Amino acid sequence: MPFFILRGCNLTHPNPDLECRDLTKDFDAFRAVDHISFDVPQGSFFSILGPSGCGKTTLLRMIAGFQSPTSGDLRIKGKSMIGVPPNKRPVSMVFQHLALFPTMNIGDNVGFGLRQRGVNKAEIKTRVEQVLDRVGLPHVSERRVDQLSGGQKQRVAIARCMVLEPDVLLLDEPLGALDLKLREHMKIELKSLQHAFNTTFVYITHDQSEALVMSDNIAVMSNGRFEQIGSPHDVYHRPDTAFVAGFVGDANKIDAKVTEVNSAMLTLATETGSEMKVEAAGTGLSVGQPAQVFLRPEAIALGALDAGAESGANTSQGTVETVFFNGANSTVTVKDGAGHLVKVAMPQTGDFATLKKGDAISTCWLPKQARCYAVSGNA
Amino acid sequence: MVSDRSRLGFYLLLAPILLWLVVLIILPHIGLFLVSISEKIGPREYETGFDNYAVFFTEPLYWRTFARTAIMSIMTTALTLILGFPIAYYIAKLTRGRTKTTLFLMCMIPFWVSELVRTFGWMILLRETGVISNTLQYLGLVNGPIEMLYNDAAIMVGLVYTSILFMVVPLVTTLDSLDDSLIEAGYDLGGTSTSIMREIVIPHAMPGIVSGCIVVFMLSLGNYLTPILLGGKDSLWFTGMIYTQFITRFNWELGSAFGFLLLALSSLVVFLGLKFSGQSLSETMGRP
Repeated sequence: MPFFILRGCNLTHPNPDLECRDLTKDFDAFRAVDHISFDVPQGSFFSILGPSGCGKTTLLRMIAGFQSPTSGDLRIKGKSMIGVPPNKRPVSMVFQHLALFPTMNIGDNVGFGLRQRGVNKAEIKTRVEQVLDRVGLPHVSERRVDQLSGGQKQRVAIARCMVLEPDVLLLDEPLGALDLKLREHMKIELKSLQHAFNTTFVYITHDQSEALVMSDNIAVMSNGRFEQIGSPHDVYHRPDTAFVAGFVGDANKIDAKVTEVNSAMLTLATETGSEMKVEAAGTGLSVGQPAQVFLRPEAIALGALDAGAESGANTSQGTVETVFFNGANSTVTVKDGAGHLVKVAMPQTGDFATLKKGDAISTCWLPKQARCYAVSGNA
Repeated sequence: MVSDRSRLGFYLLLAPILLWLVVLIILPHIGLFLVSISEKIGPREYETGFDNYAVFFTEPLYWRTFARTAIMSIMTTALTLILGFPIAYYIAKLTRGRTKTTLFLMCMIPFWVSELVRTFGWMILLRETGVISNTLQYLGLVNGPIEMLYNDAAIMVGLVYTSILFMVVPLVTTLDSLDDSLIEAGYDLGGTSTSIMREIVIPHAMPGIVSGCIVVFMLSLGNYLTPILLGGKDSLWFTGMIYTQFITRFNWELGSAFGFLLLALSSLVVFLGLKFSGQSLSETMGRP
């Protein structure tokens, strides 16, 4: 009976855990969150990615109940949360600086929520031990908060929320205060914890790599609006707007004017006259319009000067301006004939290991690897 | 050379506090102690002994006055805490920027006036022909003038008024250092206002509560002006009793012994208070 199999599947949930409909928040004259709508399916990891000041924290605080929306509706498991105070909502939040209670030991911290619910002492003790065990920190309940390392505190903060079995767990940039190595480690750990608990996570961050690595879906936010909601792959490779293309991942931004439209194939020219072809359907661009071309550094191939280019590819000759060595993420900036600087990812095959400033080189990229957007007012 | 120099600097910086301690606190206390252990057995004839201390315990008036003073001071401290905590919480957590500064300043301003003047202010309000009595008569709520001065309640009002600032200031400081996200986390995890107050705010504010309580208790216990002025002649405050011994009775020996007993017994009360609340003095003073 395929019908039953489908019912258990994540793709066909009729009731998402969290629904926002036209959510708006005004602070006096300033609109922090502007008509936002989205659904988060049960058990998925949803990230809201945006620069600081884009309204993502306000959005999260509205979901948690610390701020009430000016208009719009917010539903958790189908129930409207408008007017429900934070202590009555089935959501828990991991705060930016974790907000573990320094006056309590770890066990009391994790047991706080259960105590508020009037669970009896023996059960609190077993449930606290269980959840600490699940986050990989058995036998720490007697310790003080300041006796734990940054990563351990992180896990305690998650345990403190998860012991309450919330419908939605909100995370407010909890990795921000950690050092780089630990952050990389915690990304993977958070994802596996989310998988183990099978709870819906809503994660806000300004760090694109956190969002890309962990999320099932990412919403890119700017100026109180969602620019795009999609899988990490979509957001990275098929950005809807110029903002998303520029914000997520590295990109070379080239200002140009459309000179020819041939169905999906656009020909553009920069001010200095270099021409390029970009495959971009549905941009609505017409001849003469200004546009922005975004090109990922890893989409550009480096080649020797005489190397034959693939047919239809954009090629140009240039000289190496700088080599930025950064292990696997090394890049080269190449100055083309017209003086434009282009950032190119260094292939890791060793062919270009001896590349140095002043070397002549050619760059080559396929029209379908660039994205092209009409220039709008705020792009 | 350098270390000699820095050592000299260290002693120079230390000198004022050392001078203060030795000249103004330790030396007078040694003198006072020597006076307190000399018993007068005849004109200009003295013997060393602890008879003056024994008098305190054998004469019920003395130790009862002390007990009364201590109990009223403890009640004052409790009342000050109950009144001061909401004020401090409001200033520290519910206001921001200018309002906060203004409110804090408003708490301070009365203390720019001398304690004597402030106490006379209370007398103007509370006496038989005072503001409150007259107002009540004018409103027809009472038939004749009522005297609200010269009783224990008046002393208590005066003491609370005098010492509330010393409760509010340390409380505002500790509550200010409480991260708002801790309170939010409390609500987020299902806490109610009461449980958050009990489990998060008060434990955090404990050092401020304890230091405020110590200061207020000591100030009330050692207060002389307020109990005498608002309590009248029969106010029976222990400091008044010390004053009587020194000035009225010329019995410096007994007076000194009382002075030391006040120091010892009040320290004992504070010590018991700290034990009872599970706080240590160094922690309280080190983490204001």
